[in-house]
Amino acid sequence: MKTELDYLAELAGHGRISRRAFLGRAAALGVSAAMMPALAGKAFAQTAVKGGIIKAGLQGGESTNSLDPALNLSQVTFSFGKLWGEYLVRLTPDNKLVNLIAEEIGASADAKTWTIKIRDGIEFHNGKTVGAEDVAATIERHADEKSKSGALGILKNIKGVKASGKEVIVTLGDADADFPYLMADYHLVIQPNGGKDDPNAGISAGPYKVSVNQPGVRHGGERFANYWLGDKAGHADQVEIIVINDATARLAALQGGQVQMINRVEPKVVDLVKRIAGVSIENVSGKGYYPFNMFCDTAPFDSNDLRMALKLAMDRDEMLEKILRGYGSVGNDFPINEAYPLFSADIEQRKFDPDKAAAAYKKSGHSGSIVLRTSDVAFPGAVDAAQLYQQSCAKAGIKIEIKREPGDGYWSEVWNKQPFSLSYWGGRATQDQMYSTGYVSTADWNDTRFKRPEFDKMLFTARGELDQAKRQAIYHDMAVMMRDEGGLIVPFFNQFIDAAATNKIGGYAKSPIGEMMDGYALAECWLNA
Amino acid sequence: MSSPILKLVAQRVALGILLLLAVSVLIFAGTQILPGDVAQAILGQSATPESLANLREQLGLNQPAYLRYFHWLGGVLTGDLGTAMSSGQDIATSIKGRLWNTLFLAFWAAIVAVPLAIILGLIAVRYRNGWVDKLISGLALASTSFPEFFIGYVLVYFFAVKWQIFPGISTVYDGMPFGERMQAIALPATALTLVVLAHMMRMTRAAILNVMQSAYVETAELKGLSAFNVIRKHAFPNAIAPIINVVMLNLAYLIVGVVVVEVIFVYPGMGQYLVDHVTKRDVPVVQAVGLIFAAVYISLNIIADIAAIVANPRLRHPK
Repeated sequence: MKTELDYLAELAGHGRISRRAFLGRAAALGVSAAMMPALAGKAFAQTAVKGGIIKAGLQGGESTNSLDPALNLSQVTFSFGKLWGEYLVRLTPDNKLVNLIAEEIGASADAKTWTIKIRDGIEFHNGKTVGAEDVAATIERHADEKSKSGALGILKNIKGVKASGKEVIVTLGDADADFPYLMADYHLVIQPNGGKDDPNAGISAGPYKVSVNQPGVRHGGERFANYWLGDKAGHADQVEIIVINDATARLAALQGGQVQMINRVEPKVVDLVKRIAGVSIENVSGKGYYPFNMFCDTAPFDSNDLRMALKLAMDRDEMLEKILRGYGSVGNDFPINEAYPLFSADIEQRKFDPDKAAAAYKKSGHSGSIVLRTSDVAFPGAVDAAQLYQQSCAKAGIKIEIKREPGDGYWSEVWNKQPFSLSYWGGRATQDQMYSTGYVSTADWNDTRFKRPEFDKMLFTARGELDQAKRQAIYHDMAVMMRDEGGLIVPFFNQFIDAAATNKIGGYAKSPIGEMMDGYALAECWLNA
Repeated sequence: MSSPILKLVAQRVALGILLLLAVSVLIFAGTQILPGDVAQAILGQSATPESLANLREQLGLNQPAYLRYFHWLGGVLTGDLGTAMSSGQDIATSIKGRLWNTLFLAFWAAIVAVPLAIILGLIAVRYRNGWVDKLISGLALASTSFPEFFIGYVLVYFFAVKWQIFPGISTVYDGMPFGERMQAIALPATALTLVVLAHMMRMTRAAILNVMQSAYVETAELKGLSAFNVIRKHAFPNAIAPIINVVMLNLAYLIVGVVVVEVIFVYPGMGQYLVDHVTKRDVPVVQAVGLIFAAVYISLNIIADIAAIVANPRLRHPK
């Protein structure tokens, strides 16, 4: 309840709900009447201030970036996209879907035909009104088989898109109850005519107009006067993202006052940053995780006993403590955690058990060392993690040989090519998306080669199931199957660790959906008066 | 200027152009050997076989390598560096800004470093083997021995974080006022100065000391010239050739070798631009930047050679 109340207070602070609604909903949460005025006072004292320039120093930008949202991949393009782009829907920090350009999204009874009603009176930066054709063209462009869009994978199921009046009608090949969630994907910025004329134009209907675009250096925006939600976002007159890929330089820029917020604070310096006056660490558990991937179809990992031995030989608590300094949560060998809707918390947590691991290893009949590939780029601390794992495996009598691969080329030559390697996964909006991107038989990124028709069938059934309780039960069984038979070892889920100069800015409301308040930090924070 | 010098210059320039051509072939071959291609690099972990095939087709990566090389060479000879595969931006336009930034930083670092190094070198010779000489040499060697990133971070820690005199990040952009720009590059320019200082200083010292053994220096001393005048009038002019050489080498370093400093201070120069594009296997950009770096290096070397000849009467007036 604590978090929900905090969220309400934040909403109120942002002016998203009225004082009356706030009091009503807080009462529903069981807050006593005596406490309420103080609480409401606290929330409503936080009123947005207009004006000034907010600057952020972000990791994850290259001079090779472009403005085409279809190619957005790294953190800077992600955050900048949320500043100038407007989406059909977005996810709030508590996993609820909120309509933006979409006024309403409705499904046919079989969840195969979806109708998106477009909100009236939203304007693009070029003065044009956002219409159903633009939305249809955007979806079409990203879902096109020839598209280079990062969202193509999740949109493959779309068979037809057409605009009619104020509505966009999307026809799916297979039923999908989660379709609206897909529309929150960060690539799907609504562009005039879908960006088909000029994908790099940087024109959408977001709170800021693109004023500077120097890839790998800085990106800037000026407040869009006709932004349709002008009271809720776009507080600063200007926003600027400075690309600072070096972690130390990023922190120095925050300390020196050149920027007011930064992303990706390294866990090992978090305690030091906490001591800096005026700076607060904004960490929140996300859906991202750092897996050890085994190919279920390649010897010796084709033996489930060996896979089980390797899972049991993982000392998750030690990993979490030493690699992430506690800024994360232990994993349970399936890619879902409590940040997802319909998560089942009752699945037994796997623990480090060298004796059982040794027994399983013996049963598998394998001998000799097992090669594990790692690299600095797999995730921060990946090389150390491999070494820790080598030691915990040794306690179970399993010999691991670590091969350290160069970072350059890791994603093209090692990940998804070698049978045992370290990697990272960002989370997806729903369990369905996560499983269908990485764990169904046909997925291109099935990086554990987990190919089980029963599993695919369960996923498929859950996708078309509109009864939430039944869906949750299916997801529970899938998780257990993955945990006990899959090729995935998940030592931990990570956290997004941002830092903000909270003595200078207000309104920082962290979100488990993504770093930097799911990319909205510059748009929704304000400079204190 | 006599004709042998003109002839020499023409020879050097022709050789330089030939070298550039060879360099471009080498770079191209190098980028072909690296694992992965630009399509994979652009799409990264999100690469699906379909999107890879689409992107390869669109970027013309299906053509054989030698065709792509000659296509590129034809473009360069007609002054067209092409467009970056990864971002679709015109390479010449992006490089112009970056190159200007790199030159700007190198220029100001050189303005400080070169005279400082030479003067310190002269002083060191004047008080050779005394405590002044040892102090100068010691400090200069120490600053060179520390890795660049260490010097960078130390500067950031004191000047940007503790005392907040200069900004710790040196993002510069078009239309930035000159004063602000200078303030932004203060720290990286200082770091670069410290890095190149010792090499030039030690070379100046060694070259002059070498000349100091000559008979004419002894004559000058016997004539009763003061120690400093001996160095200034007789030793320095005769030691200038090796000094110019080392200065040019260091200038080249200031332009082509500053990646680490650029990364630490987030300075938008050529180094960072090159590294980004190597990781993306963006061959046209790597080619263009490599070519520019090679051109800078070769031309500075030509200048050093010519200057050494011009400074030497025996080479200037061959029998």
